[in-house]
Amino acid sequence: MNRMFAIIEREMRKFFRSPMLMIMSLMMPILQLVIIGNAFGGKIVGTHVAVVDYDHGPQAVKVREAFDAIAVNIKTFTTIDYDSEIQAREDVRTGKIDAAVIIPAQYSRRVYAQDAPELGFVVDNSDLFTSASLEGEMQSLVDAMNAPQIQDRLTKAIALEIVELYPYVNYLKYLLPMTVALAMYISVMIGGGMLYIDDKARGVHEGYLVTPITKFELVFGLNIAGAIKATLSGISIAVIGSLMAGLGVVFHPVIMLQVLCLIIAGSIAFNGMMFLLMVRVDDPLVPRAMFGILNVLLLYPSGAMYPTSSFPKWMQAIGVVDPFTYVIHGFKSVLLKDGGWVAIWYDLLFLTAFGLATLFLATPLFKRTL
Amino acid sequence: MSAGPNGSPPGNGTPMDDGCGSKPVAIEVQHIVKRYGDFEAVKDVSFCVAEGEIFGLLGPNGAGKSTLIRMMTTLIPVTAGKAIVAGHDVAKDPDDVRRTIGVIPQALTSDQDLTVEENLSIYAKLYSVPRGIREKNIAEVLEAVDLTEWRDAQTKTLSGGMRRRLEIARGLVHNPRIFFLDEPTTGLDPVSRMAVWEMLNKLKSTRNLTMLLTTHYMDEADKLCDRIAIVDHGKMVALGTPVELKNSVAGANVVEVHFDREDEEWPARLEKLDDVTSVLPEGSGFYRVITRSGSRTTMQIVELAASLGESLTSLSVQNTTLDDVFIHYTGRQLRDEQVKPVFTMPPRPGARP
Repeated sequence: MNRMFAIIEREMRKFFRSPMLMIMSLMMPILQLVIIGNAFGGKIVGTHVAVVDYDHGPQAVKVREAFDAIAVNIKTFTTIDYDSEIQAREDVRTGKIDAAVIIPAQYSRRVYAQDAPELGFVVDNSDLFTSASLEGEMQSLVDAMNAPQIQDRLTKAIALEIVELYPYVNYLKYLLPMTVALAMYISVMIGGGMLYIDDKARGVHEGYLVTPITKFELVFGLNIAGAIKATLSGISIAVIGSLMAGLGVVFHPVIMLQVLCLIIAGSIAFNGMMFLLMVRVDDPLVPRAMFGILNVLLLYPSGAMYPTSSFPKWMQAIGVVDPFTYVIHGFKSVLLKDGGWVAIWYDLLFLTAFGLATLFLATPLFKRTL
Repeated sequence: MSAGPNGSPPGNGTPMDDGCGSKPVAIEVQHIVKRYGDFEAVKDVSFCVAEGEIFGLLGPNGAGKSTLIRMMTTLIPVTAGKAIVAGHDVAKDPDDVRRTIGVIPQALTSDQDLTVEENLSIYAKLYSVPRGIREKNIAEVLEAVDLTEWRDAQTKTLSGGMRRRLEIARGLVHNPRIFFLDEPTTGLDPVSRMAVWEMLNKLKSTRNLTMLLTTHYMDEADKLCDRIAIVDHGKMVALGTPVELKNSVAGANVVEVHFDREDEEWPARLEKLDDVTSVLPEGSGFYRVITRSGSRTTMQIVELAASLGESLTSLSVQNTTLDDVFIHYTGRQLRDEQVKPVFTMPPRPGARP
């Protein structure tokens, strides 16, 4: 057993002697949280919409006033007056403006006559995000104008009352579980994957193999060290990320314990998986070539960024055996929903079982000789 | 002296003899074979190493030296034959073998991020050296390799020679009986190489160590080893003390002659001279002539050149070296082999320079 602790000691000493490596493995997920959180969570502002007014009537003025209200309030877009619909279309196509509203001739008369008045909206739908945002704003504007001035005595409209179970979750908070999981994965990827193969290629393992250390001691020594490194990484990012995202719940003692259990179980699972993948690899280029695609293969089917219900069946199947799925579900349950032990017991069970199973599968594959 | 595998020497042969006589045996290799698929890396090699002896495996890269040492140190399985190290069969009792040996691999594998002492301490723990003895052993081996004052230095701050000495200390930290060194001076400058030789000689006498080392340096084998086995293409082609090996080459001297003009007739003409046993063309009119009488052959070469109206650029007489022995047994020069650069650990990503 002392020999196993010697391996752990060596790995941990090396880890703490490489500050740049530690910083990089912590900084990358934090950067990802900041960049992706802001990139996905932001609202569209400052776009340019052309207004081609062929009507110039009172109802057209009402539309333009509504646009002005948007421009000074939520600032989704500002308007630019155009004389020609053709020019406006061309400018949308070439990207000079983002959309164009066409107010046709006789629009005001049709409104008063209740003769199916229409506004035209030309939008660049190659940019789904911007076009959806502008369409949403326009639809709200049209709905507001459709509201009757004098309400019926008997209201026929059925209202949908939305009850939000949890406080508003912005994208930074939403992405925090993914960020913590990613930090653990990167730590395992570097410590358990790249450095493990590099050490093999440098002959460090050859040095171990000529000592009386057993296969079990060597495998468990390397994996326990890897899991400790991933756990330290996970704890650091959980604390730093929570502070950045404004999630104070992480400092609640019970939630802290639940997060810690998830981090430990997740670290064991990630490390076991990585060791199984790397156990027979000798070429240092292999892990480098494989980790980019492995990241995509594991992160996206887990539902970290998009709900799994929108995925095809084969992607959902990957998600079922993907440790990321359970780490992220667990973190979301305790950090965003305060779901308690009942919400995460299956995640903890799966991750621990997965980690141990992969480790026991990898141990016989580990060669005690070169 | 014995030469040639299975008693069939390429030159003058005497029957195969393991060379240990009645001395206590530390390592015994019997008809050992290593195959990788159809490729036979080591072909039926047998030898023994007596206790307290420094035994060298000499050969070019790819000759099978490292494969042999790796089989003896339990790093790779033996395909056929047997290797007994300190009385233990490497195939049956690998852990017993591991406890009695120290191994210095070809690569410099000590952790650069750890201090000298930490490197030694980790290895002492891997060999389960008890805490009380560990401290004493570390102090002793650091003293032996002259690194005591560098005890707390990070390994990456050491020079190549010092790092090699640290590797040697690491291999000794559990007091092994037998020490395996795979090309211990490859990549070192001449001064560091000599320092390592000196240290190994000192360790042999002070610790009564048996050492088996591989090398492709003739001078290293000549100066350091009590006995040498020449290995080529997986076979052991000669075995003996450096003196025995040199004497085994027919001819006591080597005449190096450089003719002004290259002529394809030169080898045949030189071979016809009295006492000449072999002629080795080295290109551009340069020949190494192995002869029983250096002085007589020198005179004859001068006369031959004069009679043919040719002139000589240079002419010198030397004693037979291990180079000549190697050429004699393998038919090629070791120095022609590409010398593999030593593998040093590249800096770890993120590590401080």
